[in-house]
Amino acid sequence: MQFRPDVGIALNQLAQVLLAEEASLSKRDRELIASFVSSRNACTFCVTSHGAIAAHLPGGNQELVEAIWKDYKTAPIDDKLKALLQIAEKVAKGGLHVTQADITAAKEKGGSDLDIHDTVLIAATFCMFNRYVDGLGATTPYDPGFYEIVGRQRAAEGYLTKSVLVKD
Amino acid sequence: MPHIALHPDLYGITSLLDFRPEIAAPLCRLTQLLLRGESTMTEAEREMIAAHVSSLNACTFCSSAHTAATCLLPGGKESGIEPMQTDLQALHISDKMKGLLSIATKVQKNGNQVTQHDIDVARASGATDLEIHDTVLIASLFCLYNRYVDGLATLTPSDPEFYTTLGKRITTRGYLMPEDGYDATNYKPNII
Repeated sequence: MQFRPDVGIALNQLAQVLLAEEASLSKRDRELIASFVSSRNACTFCVTSHGAIAAHLPGGNQELVEAIWKDYKTAPIDDKLKALLQIAEKVAKGGLHVTQADITAAKEKGGSDLDIHDTVLIAATFCMFNRYVDGLGATTPYDPGFYEIVGRQRAAEGYLTKSVLVKD
Repeated sequence: MPHIALHPDLYGITSLLDFRPEIAAPLCRLTQLLLRGESTMTEAEREMIAAHVSSLNACTFCSSAHTAATCLLPGGKESGIEPMQTDLQALHISDKMKGLLSIATKVQKNGNQVTQHDIDVARASGATDLEIHDTVLIASLFCLYNRYVDGLATLTPSDPEFYTTLGKRITTRGYLMPEDGYDATNYKPNII
């Protein structure tokens, strides 16, 4: 994103409205969807950074994030979020994989149209971010301390502030 | 029928941008920058990447719309592109475009499928770093749009005339949202 600054600004604004502004789903749940989809796309950078952000938000912790990566169906989350993650998993495969039964199940568990819309769009957006990051072979840090800093900063500030990790 | 309650007289992506305009705004700005902003690639070449990825994702709405847009732009019709086309070798395009579309083909599968060899081939036929960057991001962006449009089962018209009209709109007005939103027209296309 530093490579093409105008595009970087638009991408951060998209992340901001999708994940950090007010919405029907909590910020934690939206970050969990982002991290989960990234895990299905095997994008280490996005999996780890959005997992760390979710862990720093109210109701989040690292054990919960890891339980969702491993098997969201047995993770300690409510049935609505499980149904939404099932939709997100289908979206990661392709939009046409989402069935009426997936949607009905989410609605029966209390998922609103806005919840379902935002789930599909967050999942679709991370199918973009994951491909962008890995398609250009961007550097993926291995140091857990890096993701700890990113998680704390983005959970507190959203996506429009300058990264504390970038030196002038 | 769409999975959520959308404007009944809007179709495909337009019905979704109308549903959540606060998210549509940065998405439209991103699209405008990538497909209409300053670039060493022509608008037809960039539209062709969008059409190609949408075909691979079997997204009829996006594939038809961006193929129509490609054909309306200078050099587009001569390329021989058609809706839902996946065969790059059938296109009358430069080696550089073939190299870039091959990268887009890998991106559609997943980002980690792009190899150093794919990048080297594109560079050897004259592609710059910025062109490779924009190709990867346009391909990724259409992996977003295709999932968004089909994941919510938006209405997909079957009439070619619908896509010609849409193609004219996006090749003349571009991708920024009209200030007063999208107009539903009286024209009622057949739906797939």
